[in-house]
Amino acid sequence: MTEAVRIRPEQFPLTRECPFSPPEEYRGLRDEAPIAKVRLVDDKWAWAITRHEDVRAVLSDPRFSADRTHPDFPMLTRGGRLRQEGDEKPLISMDAPEHGPARRAVLGEFTVRRMEALRPRIQEIVDERIDAMLAGPRPADLVRELSLPVPSLVICELLGVPYTDHEFFQAHTTTMISRMSSAEDRQKAFEAVQSYLRDLIVVKEGDAGEEDLLGRQILKGREDGTYRREALVAMAFLLLLAGHETTANMISLGTIALLENPDQLALVKADPSKTLSAVEELLRYFTIVDAATARRATEDVELGGVTIRAGEGVLALGFAANRDPEAFENPDDLDVERGARHHVAFGFGAHQCLGQNLARMELQIVVDTLFRRVPELALAQPVEELLFKDEAAIYGVHSLPVTW
Amino acid sequence: MKITADVGRCVGAGQCVLTEPALFDQSEDDGTVIVLVDEPEGVLLDHAREAVRVCPSQAISLSG
Repeated sequence: MTEAVRIRPEQFPLTRECPFSPPEEYRGLRDEAPIAKVRLVDDKWAWAITRHEDVRAVLSDPRFSADRTHPDFPMLTRGGRLRQEGDEKPLISMDAPEHGPARRAVLGEFTVRRMEALRPRIQEIVDERIDAMLAGPRPADLVRELSLPVPSLVICELLGVPYTDHEFFQAHTTTMISRMSSAEDRQKAFEAVQSYLRDLIVVKEGDAGEEDLLGRQILKGREDGTYRREALVAMAFLLLLAGHETTANMISLGTIALLENPDQLALVKADPSKTLSAVEELLRYFTIVDAATARRATEDVELGGVTIRAGEGVLALGFAANRDPEAFENPDDLDVERGARHHVAFGFGAHQCLGQNLARMELQIVVDTLFRRVPELALAQPVEELLFKDEAAIYGVHSLPVTW
Repeated sequence: MKITADVGRCVGAGQCVLTEPALFDQSEDDGTVIVLVDEPEGVLLDHAREAVRVCPSQAISLSG
């Protein structure tokens, strides 16, 4: 089991052959070598972890570091790390004891109650976007009309970023997360967004108010003497990136999956209270940030009969874990009534997605509202012809023609 | 069965509140867990078990 396993194309990350299924190798790895050495794009090696239980164990074990700035951290894209002179570690790269206080400083903004308070505004945004789509020509591109604008508007409003600049972010974030982008283009896009946010935060420093997250963080940091501009730039960058690309892709993919599984869609339509479990199931079913949960061992760790040595990289593969039959019966079936809440689509452990309850709420509102208001919604192009984001770190679909 | 919460481990994901708001709340300030009912019974006990299962930082446990 400790021997290196050779797999197609011998380089991680692997791509999906079917848009709804994990790479075929995941099943083989999980069955035969659940903790296996695999080769990464930069020819270094890392341990691929494919069982649900092991993935949760790795992600909740402080001996595995999340510090992406470390040279031994497993790389999933060519061309090195995105860095700018003097920039700060984002929350996702921090380990204890730095991580806890930094996360708690912003966590109050993302509690279940705070998210619930946003519900009426999110509902309004979703209704406005559906109105606009219905008033326009058929077929419409759901990505452009609904999937992207909804989370984009929500995160811009929450942060206090002018929505008029959203096209700038969308263009740059797409470049940043695409594995097809050149290293130079990714670095340029990264720096452009960083300096935009820095300028915005400098303006807000002069007139910091309670009405948006950035303003509140400035005031709070000044009050307790912890305010640092660059730390807030890093935080804003992370929230904006995560807020743009993840929920948007889940809205599109979730819509496709429900339309392709009419029996499951009928269950949701008949009983809107099932939307809650349907959203969890869609999150599990797609696991759009499969390999984002990489780690580096900081000491020797025994896991499932294997010794992972200090310094070695680990890929806790969420998509493999979320299709583990030990954790989910008939894992390849979409079952909106499945109790799927123990999925790891938002990760697990100290770094579990900060915005998960915002994402859940946006998805619930969209699923509910879209199929209630547009019950005749249908794909205007066969699934086989859709262009999926096989090359991106966050899985999704480039466009989604729909009609009604 | 008694619910114990380790606020030091809690990462404020809010999974316990989503599972059963009658048993758990989050601090307004830093999002960490607040236990509302120490010794749940009946269906609430089942929900407490589910909350323990989905908690990402293993900050809540049931004992006794």
